[in-house]
This record gives sequence, C-alpha cells and structure tokens, in this order.
Amino acid sequence: MTAAPGGTADQLPRLLALVPYLLARPGVRLAEVAATFGVTEDRLRKDLNLLWVCGLPGHGPGDLIDVEFEGDTITLTEPAGVTRPLRLTVDEALALVVALRALAETPGLVERDAVDRALAKVEQAAGAAAGPAHRVEVSVEGEDRVLPVVRTALAERRRLHLSYYVPGRDETTERDVDPVRLLLVQGRSYLEAWCRRAEGVRLFRLDRVADLQVLDAPAEPPVDLEPRELSEGLFRPSPDDLLVTLALRPGAAWVADYHPCESVVEQDDGGLVVTLRARDTSWVRRLVLRLGEQGQVLAPRELADAVRADARAALRAYEG
Amino acid sequence: MVFMPSSLAASDVPTQGPARPRTGDTPSPPGHPPGAGPQANVAGVSAKKTERLLNLVICLLATRRFLGVQEIRQAVPGYEQGTEEAFRRMFERDKEELRELGIPLETGTSSAVHDDEPGYRIARRDYELPDIVLEPDEAAALGLAARLWQSAPLAGATGRALLKLQAAGVEPGAAPAALEPRVAASEPSFEGCLAAVRDGRAVTFSYRTSGSATPTDRHVEPWGVVSWHGRWYLVGHDTDRGAARVFRLSRMVGTVTPVGPAGAVVPPDGLDLRAMVARKAVDEPRSTARVALRPGAGWELRREATSSATDPDRPDWTVVDIGFADPERLADRVTGYGADAVVLAPPQARAAVVRRLRALAQPQPAPVTSGARTGAP
Repeated sequence: MTAAPGGTADQLPRLLALVPYLLARPGVRLAEVAATFGVTEDRLRKDLNLLWVCGLPGHGPGDLIDVEFEGDTITLTEPAGVTRPLRLTVDEALALVVALRALAETPGLVERDAVDRALAKVEQAAGAAAGPAHRVEVSVEGEDRVLPVVRTALAERRRLHLSYYVPGRDETTERDVDPVRLLLVQGRSYLEAWCRRAEGVRLFRLDRVADLQVLDAPAEPPVDLEPRELSEGLFRPSPDDLLVTLALRPGAAWVADYHPCESVVEQDDGGLVVTLRARDTSWVRRLVLRLGEQGQVLAPRELADAVRADARAALRAYEG
Repeated sequence: MVFMPSSLAASDVPTQGPARPRTGDTPSPPGHPPGAGPQANVAGVSAKKTERLLNLVICLLATRRFLGVQEIRQAVPGYEQGTEEAFRRMFERDKEELRELGIPLETGTSSAVHDDEPGYRIARRDYELPDIVLEPDEAAALGLAARLWQSAPLAGATGRALLKLQAAGVEPGAAPAALEPRVAASEPSFEGCLAAVRDGRAVTFSYRTSGSATPTDRHVEPWGVVSWHGRWYLVGHDTDRGAARVFRLSRMVGTVTPVGPAGAVVPPDGLDLRAMVARKAVDEPRSTARVALRPGAGWELRREATSSATDPDRPDWTVVDIGFADPERLADRVTGYGADAVVLAPPQARAAVVRRLRALAQPQPAPVTSGARTGAP
C-alpha cells in the first residue's frame, strides 16, 4: 500500500481498531489513547469526530457510533457492531511471530517459557495469517555462558568483573564495569557498561568475554549517562580517528560490508578502494595482515610501512 | 489538556430528525469537543472517503445476507450522488481498498438480489480477531518482541499488529528497559525478498558473488529469508543451476523483481532454513592444524582449540590444535596475528601463510587497483 500518511489507508485501520479499543476501556484518558495510537490529541479528536457521524444503515441517532466525554476521559457507548478488531494481516502476523520466535530461540536472553506461551497465543489468534512466518527466521548469538550472569547483574544492579578480550591488541584485559544495558544488535549481544578503568561508556561483545563475576559492590554508573542512539548503528567513528585508505581485491570486498566506511569506490576489476576511520592502528594492521594478497594500505604511508614490518617479522618465524 | 464538557452524551444528540451532519458538511453540533469540529478538518476529501469506507464496513458487517450493489448504494452515505457509472467506479475502488487492508469481503447471491450481480457481506468469523488473553509475563514478552524490528516494513507491521491486540483488550507489558534487542534490515532488496517469500513468488535479481567482478542475473524460487549473525540471506531453488542456493542480500545489486504468479513456489517439506545458511557461512572442519601461539596471544584461536600443549621449541609458547575446512581461510586468520602465531602443520596451510606474508613484505607492492568505475559508495 502506498498511501500518503494521514490518508484513508492510515486512518481507516486506526478507526477500526479505535472503536473496540475504546469499548474495552471505558473512561480511558484521551492522552493515553493518543499515545497508544501514535497520533496527536488533535488528530485523535478528528478521528472521534469522524466516528461520531458513522454507524449502521439508517444513520439515525441510535444507529451511530457514540462517544461520551467526561473531563479528559472518553467512553464509547455504542460501537455500531464494530466490537472486535480486524484479524492480523499476513505481514502483521509475520512481524510479531518472527520477533517472538527470535527472542525464544536466543539462549539465556529471556524466560523462554513466557515467550513460548505468548507465541502460541499470538499464532492461535493469527490463524492462517501466521503461515508465512515460518519462512522467515532470525538467529541471534545469545552467548548462554555469559548472558545469564549479565542479566543477573543488571537485575540486581551490581558491578561486574570482566576478563575481556581486546582483538586489536590481541590480549585479555581485566576490568570492573557498571552494567547499563544489554544490546542485541546485528545478530550479536553486547553489554553497554560504564568501564571504571577507562572511565567511560564501553560496549563489550559478549562472545569476547573470557570470564566474568558478579561483584558485591552496587553498580554506580554516572547518573547523567545519555543512552546510546541505536538507529545509526553501534559504532560511530570519531573524526579524530586515523583516516585509512585501503585497496581491496574482490576477495577482500567483504571488508566494506563488515566495517563502516567513509567512502567506497568500485574498481574495474571488481575490487574496491575504501576509506575508514581507525581509533587503533594495531586493529588495522591486523586487518590488513589478515587480507594478505587481497588488501593493501594506500595511505597513510606510515601504516603501510608498519604492515610491511609486521609481515617481515612474521616471515622470520617460518624462514629463520 | 483541553477541558471538554461532559455533555456529549446520547441525550444531547438530536433524538429525531435527520442524521448527524456528515464530515465537512456543516459546523460542529453544540457540545462537540472544541477544535474537533468538521470545519477544522482540512483533509476533507480524505475524511469523506474514510467515512464512506467505515460506513461500508459497518454496513457489510451488520448484514447476514448478501447485499446487492444498489442496496449498498442506498445504505451507505457518500454513494448517493453522481451518476451510476461514477458510483460503480467508486465502489470498485473502495472494494479494492478494503481488500488491501485485509478486510475479507465475501461475495455471493441472495434471494433479495434479483439480477445476476453478486452481493456482498463481511463474515464476522473471518473479520474478527479471535479472543486473546495474555498473562503479565506473556505481555512483557510481547512488549519486548514489539521493539525488535528496527526498520520498515517490519517495524510498521509490528505497530499495527500491536494496536489490534490492544483493541482486543491486551495490554503489552513493560519490557525490561535494560534489554534492547534490535534487528535491522537496511538492504535495498529486503522488502522484495520478504514479499516474494511471503507470497511464494519467484524472483530475479542481479547478484555479485564473492570475488567476482561483474554481477550476474539469477532466477530463484524463494523458500525463506534468514537473518544469521546480523546478515540477511535468501534461501531458495536457483532455477538456472537446478540446485538449492543461499544468497546474501547485501550482495544483491538493487532490488529484486517478482516473476510469475503468487503461490507458485512451495518450499519443500522439512526445510531447515537456518541450517542451510549456517552451512554456507561456516564450513564444517575437515582437518586439524597445529599453531604455535606467543604467551597471551591468539585468544580466539585458543578458545576453539581441541587440544593445547607447551611448545618444545619456544619457551612459554603454547601449541594448539584447531579444526579447519579450508587452508586458505585458516591462513587468513593466522596471518592476522603476525609474528604472534605460527602454523606448524599441515604444510599447505603453512605455505598459504608464507605466501601471504611474502606478498605483504614486498617493498613496493604492485598497486592492486586499476581505475575507478563508479563513485557511488
């Protein structure tokens, strides 16, 4: 459906849900209804005004949908036969069923029993519309070894000790963190926490947690922490980070999929020239080593030299 | 909050005479909420259409027998004006719009319809969402699931589904604030793949395989869409190759084009979509490599080691055994650790690492690029 927002394609489904919604909640506050339906109170009043002139054939006073206002509350007294919401469409059933199943199948994330029961009830209510939902699957790495411990720390607001692997430095670090949130983004789980060692908010990928303990100390993240905006992706490189230009042969083009690049230019041979920001040069050195013959540092020069030196040092272990 | 008089009760509405004024016709009746009068409605055409369609739904829900087209014209305000031809056109468009919203219009004939034209009604059992009652912990799970989708079209569909459940009396519980599950689907081909899988419809698209320069056109009967480790895949039968294939959505160039009728593709029974994608993404290890690791280095390799011992040749170093399928992929991983990880065996994995390191150690590597083709990121 490609209707303009606010057009009939938006408004009619809203009205068909609004009537049974109000019927089930006598005396509900106008502001609450507007918030639930994601419209302004002004828009909601226009909706109610429209309902008020609709009804059963004949359209006499007793046939019309009727709404009573009292203070800032609404009571629907006559639904004109619209007593239940419309069934879920295939798209709606799919969105809910696949989401519930993804939660249920992520080990250690939530109480599976409750999700399974909710899933069964939603599938039952959706009926045949839930059929195509079985053709869509979302698999999230749950890290069932680590997740339950992180959930306990979050629920009890306790500090955590982490042994955490930092791939850029190829070492496991020890630190105490105050958990803030658990994020499941792009198929991976992350702990967002105030790192007491770095004195800053850090994201910890749970598959890199080598070990962890819940400490007795309470978690005390700074009170004025701004929650990280998730809509733009988890990692936003800083303009202060080193700008690196890489030439990628076709076999290394996956780098542009996995790392946020500032520019990507396709080459005639199917390769790419990309620029990306790196906070940590050791991370890029390791990335380029890993690409082997498929990648090359074009700039800066010092980084290209460092990779060459790394490769020569490693060669000595094989040839020396 | 605007205070509204508590007077919009049935008793204040004229109890006889003509029906209430229609949208956009006349000013608000007395006692109507301020700011909500029909004159405030600037989208008059759209509101009139919504009003007509809502009255049509109410009318067809209320009838048990099939209503003829002329009966509908008399019963539903908004159809009375204009020529018969104009009414017919309007009614056809309205039926189409209701069907697009998922409203089940039933056609049939009844004794009251004398000509051969079909009549219409909406069967309540097909229209109405069945009863659904959620326990508090189930409602909390629903609240969490509703936050999963980060992008259209699934986020929008979730919102509409939730409204219907709320209209059925469900109160989605407050999900734990400290838990944020998010699944994005930003690939341009996602919506088309989802629709094709939903409708059981074959598709064609332009696809760039790993390591090849030019995309090729592929024809696929889609069986499913899978998000695996944060990436979306289309699973289906590749009709050109006559075999099941897994495609990364990010490697599709542009959008997908449906071909053939809906419902033509029926996925085989007992399909395990996730396993098919996992097989494509991760090869089962077939051989074992022996790798020496500097103290503290290579945690990710140590973690998957099948055995681990001290290195007789290098004090403090560890020797681990790691399963692998492809020596080239193993060499990619080990080369990333530079001098901190050394492949001891087998020889072909060792040679693959040495080949990479020699290329990387060249004083002036030949440029790997040969001119830009496009400037688009």
